[in-house]
Amino acid sequence: MLPSIFAFLFQFGDAFAFLVLAAAGLAIIFGMMGVINLAHGEFIMCGAYVTVAAARAGLPMPAAIACGALAAGIVGIVLERLVIQRLLHRPLDTIVATWGISLIATQGTLIVLGSTMPGIGTPFGSFSVGEFSYSVYRVLLMAIAVLLLIGLYLLFHKTRYGVLARATIQVPSMASALGVNTAVVHSLTFGIGAALAGLAGGLYAPTMTLVPTMGTAFIVEAFVTVVVGGGDVFLGTAPAAVVLAFVKALMINWYGQLFGLIGLLLAVIIVIRLLPRGLSGWILRGRE
Amino acid sequence: MRTLQTHWLRRGALVAGAAGIALSGATAVAQDEGPIRIGVLEDQSGEFAAATIQKVHGAELAAAEINAAGGILGREIELVIYDPQSDNRRYQELMRRILQRDNVDVVFAGFSSASREAVRPIVNQFDALYFYTNQYEGGVCDANVVATGAVPEQQFSTLVPWMMETYGPRVYTIAADYNFGQISAEWVRQLVEDGGGEMVGEEFIPLGVSQFSQTIQNIQEAAPDVLMTLLVGTAQASFYEQAAAADLGIPMGSSVNVAQGYEHRRFDPPALAGMHVTANYIEEVETQASLDFVERWRAMFPDEVYINQPGQNSYVGIYLYAAAVEMAGTTEKEAVRAAIQTGEICHDAPEGQVCIDPASQHASHTIYLVQVGEDHSISIPQVWEGIEPYWLGEAGCDLTVRDHDAQYTPSNPPPAE
Repeated sequence: MLPSIFAFLFQFGDAFAFLVLAAAGLAIIFGMMGVINLAHGEFIMCGAYVTVAAARAGLPMPAAIACGALAAGIVGIVLERLVIQRLLHRPLDTIVATWGISLIATQGTLIVLGSTMPGIGTPFGSFSVGEFSYSVYRVLLMAIAVLLLIGLYLLFHKTRYGVLARATIQVPSMASALGVNTAVVHSLTFGIGAALAGLAGGLYAPTMTLVPTMGTAFIVEAFVTVVVGGGDVFLGTAPAAVVLAFVKALMINWYGQLFGLIGLLLAVIIVIRLLPRGLSGWILRGRE
Repeated sequence: MRTLQTHWLRRGALVAGAAGIALSGATAVAQDEGPIRIGVLEDQSGEFAAATIQKVHGAELAAAEINAAGGILGREIELVIYDPQSDNRRYQELMRRILQRDNVDVVFAGFSSASREAVRPIVNQFDALYFYTNQYEGGVCDANVVATGAVPEQQFSTLVPWMMETYGPRVYTIAADYNFGQISAEWVRQLVEDGGGEMVGEEFIPLGVSQFSQTIQNIQEAAPDVLMTLLVGTAQASFYEQAAAADLGIPMGSSVNVAQGYEHRRFDPPALAGMHVTANYIEEVETQASLDFVERWRAMFPDEVYINQPGQNSYVGIYLYAAAVEMAGTTEKEAVRAAIQTGEICHDAPEGQVCIDPASQHASHTIYLVQVGEDHSISIPQVWEGIEPYWLGEAGCDLTVRDHDAQYTPSNPPPAE
């Protein structure tokens, strides 16, 4: 009995970590800037590639993952300056622009770095509970997902940058009039979103195939989580990940991977039918 | 309303038919002079690219060698190459384009069985000649298709009994959820039953899935002796790393992995340890023919990461086509098919001799049992030479007697005459 309860909790935690890490960057860029970033998967790929290259160059795993996140963040800031900034109030155009960036990044990586990259192997070995054995690294991923949510909460609610960023989102003209350099805030926010995508890529790099198209493996889960969650990262993404991870773990446990996907998409249909502004819109309904 | 639609459909069919006649007239003129045009539709980007870029290179190497030796019937080979991007719709567009506009004499196309089935109706519509060189789930009995890759009676009839004898009778299958995985799993099920074993689990996984924690747990719960992994594409290959990290440690068998996607080179050891694959070629085969082949390949493509089975198959396919055209004395389809139906179209390939079976238009193969060690070193404990693709012929597909254009399976064999 206990081993099977642990087994379900592990599966739930594993799905939760994947959803949170996959979606965090997308949620920040969408929630804070209103930009739907279709190049999200390619920031993830960028983070994974840089992480693996750094690990192969001899850096310890945590430093390598930090390099991956940093590289994706810098690429994000540069792209924001060059492209996104010019399209800020044209959400449909940003979709097309980021899609174009995504195509260029995938194909460019394929041409420059080839069709695959050798992996680095998952660290930390395994442990057993009852008849099942688990990867230690995946427990670590769950812990990181929770810490990430706490860290983001502190960043956006307890720091000066967080206050300025939220001010810029709420009333851009007023923030600007009060002397906030909104252009810089936007660049930084996009950079943080991209860095979080890079972090997801770096964290999952040891566990996955490294190919230029690897970002697409995260895309469905990331978008589903953001759609269910709505615009707010903490009141949206976190509860959405809890609900979806529960649905996914339960469905896969009962009927397999196919039904896990079906369950995920059904949950989205039901949530956006009942709560068109996502979970965070519903939680914050009285406040506007 | 319905009659009106039928009317337009008929008219459309008539027009298409007339265009077809005009087109075949045009190709007949082009066919006997100038270069022989071979269409190559293989993925150079997208989900399958890691395993399929080699197919383009294999065709290029074969064409370069044949041209250097004077061509086919004294005519040069000209390759017409497009990238379908692992996308079935792109395959259909490009297949129409390559047959209608580029007027190729033959087309080599497709990695996944889904892409093959996507283009086969188009090939039949234009009554063209189509070489499918990939290993697959078998059963395509189609007058216009020459399927030169290995099929289940070559890969599973060897592998499954060997695995059950070596490791035990309880078998679990995880397979990609489309025609390849479904039909291959049916073969495994059948062979396990025939061998007195037991299927303790089976899961079909959508293409593109990359997270396997629950699947790994389900396998552990069933505790099989043998795990058959019929996974396709780079996302699904993540299974091996995740299974190794969770210390699954069950002997694995496959007809597709390692030989196509060289996972033993891409993943850090010991992710693929305990894997067994029945392949008709991998780069590590150390016969003289294979060593020479690897040397010629690397002279032309020095940066090739790995020379895989699809690459070799594509290379051999061009040579088989060249042999058939040499015998026929023309690229005209019926004459080429008549040459194939003599049963004498063979090639001394890097894997060993490959011959086309006239009844099913499939190829005989040497099958290597490839075993992956703890450090991802390769050993080959057993070799089966010259295994015929016998199943379709025995089931009642004889293209020398009657044209078919269908895909059959053990549970859906050709209809009795």
